[in-house]
Amino acid sequence: MNSWLNDERRWLALTFAALALGVIWTFTSRAPAAATSGGAPPPSPREGFSAPDFTLELLGGGQASLSGLRGKVVLVNFWATWCPPCRAEMPAIEKIYQSFKPLGLEVLAVNLTDQDSEAAVAAFVQELDLTFPIPLDRDGSVSARYLLRGLPSTFFVDRQGVIRSVVVGGPMSEALIQSKVEELLQESE
Amino acid sequence: MLPYLRLGPFLLQTSGLALLLGVWLGSWLAEKEAPRVEIMPERVYNLVFFGLIGGLVGARLAYAARFLSAYLENPLSLFALNPNTLAPYPGLLIGLLVAFVYGQRKGLRLRPALDALAPGLAVFMVFLGLAHLLSGDAFGAPSSTLPWRIYLWSEYRHPSQVYEILLALGVLLVFIKRPFGEPGRGLNFLWVVALSAGARVFLEAYRGDSLIWAGGFRAAQVIGLLAMFAALWWMRLWSVRFFPAEREPGMQVEG
Repeated sequence: MNSWLNDERRWLALTFAALALGVIWTFTSRAPAAATSGGAPPPSPREGFSAPDFTLELLGGGQASLSGLRGKVVLVNFWATWCPPCRAEMPAIEKIYQSFKPLGLEVLAVNLTDQDSEAAVAAFVQELDLTFPIPLDRDGSVSARYLLRGLPSTFFVDRQGVIRSVVVGGPMSEALIQSKVEELLQESE
Repeated sequence: MLPYLRLGPFLLQTSGLALLLGVWLGSWLAEKEAPRVEIMPERVYNLVFFGLIGGLVGARLAYAARFLSAYLENPLSLFALNPNTLAPYPGLLIGLLVAFVYGQRKGLRLRPALDALAPGLAVFMVFLGLAHLLSGDAFGAPSSTLPWRIYLWSEYRHPSQVYEILLALGVLLVFIKRPFGEPGRGLNFLWVVALSAGARVFLEAYRGDSLIWAGGFRAAQVIGLLAMFAALWWMRLWSVRFFPAEREPGMQVEG
């Protein structure tokens, strides 16, 4: 290759040949129009995809569904009472919920009830005076759909129902939660 | 895909481990390469170390600056061990700046220093692909007919992370042969950059997460083309304007 580099015409020919091939490849592999103007991305539990929908019964009665909150920024948190970092981050979530609820934030703190007890959940919620809805995943189907790898896991969902950030593990700092929520709330619907 | 590994109460992010391994192996190779370009190995180690620390601190500060009110209320959150609160591009820029300032202060010559880093960069690119494979990031475009398609994120896709690893290994193999002779002129580094940029232009066509610009052009391909062209052009410039590297005071070179 040294001989190529020392020969200016040869090297320039190589440079421009590589560039020409690259330009042709770039042009032919342009993304189809559907890729940019298509509808919502398919549901999958990762950033850039639609948040998989679910409907669950709430602690204390009633139901909540994720799709019913379209138009709001939603923090979906998966937790259990036996998980110390889950417990530790709850006060921060509650504080952010209180501050940003009027601006369009909703929190769904999905409890992994198949690995927990409803009595323990109720006691914990009362102890910390949590005011956001606690959906109960009694059969583990929602946590399975979200491919949970660890607790706590938190999904920040924008107003269009697209997951914009995923935080696995905890406890999340208040600044982390606030920054993620603020960013999504600032986006127009 | 194995994004997390549970070790007792700890949840380890495997992609982060792969990146750390890549940095460690890359630094080690750079230290090995340093004497060949007449630079003291510890200076190359420090260059990488300060660049990394500067990059991490810069990425956190840039993120905090963006959400200033949140961090003013909770300043201790600046020290949280969470990669979700890093601003990657400002961090990269600050890391490069810190490494550059360190190099200037220690009198490191640019081209030999870049050549010392070249093998480390080539190896790191392999581990970057491995990190993507473990985390499921940088995933492929959907494909329903490809015989070697993989099911990932709700669809059958190109295994783009495997392509990425294979291409990075290809770049490493081409680099190892040292087609431009002994290092020191900066050509080895530029060659790795040109090959990696070319690989990215090719690979991006099979990615399913491309940033798309007007006209359907993939941003990474356009940037990759420019980087490849600039690197090849610079190689020619540096090949004709070569001045032998000055030996550092007190530097012992074998052979």
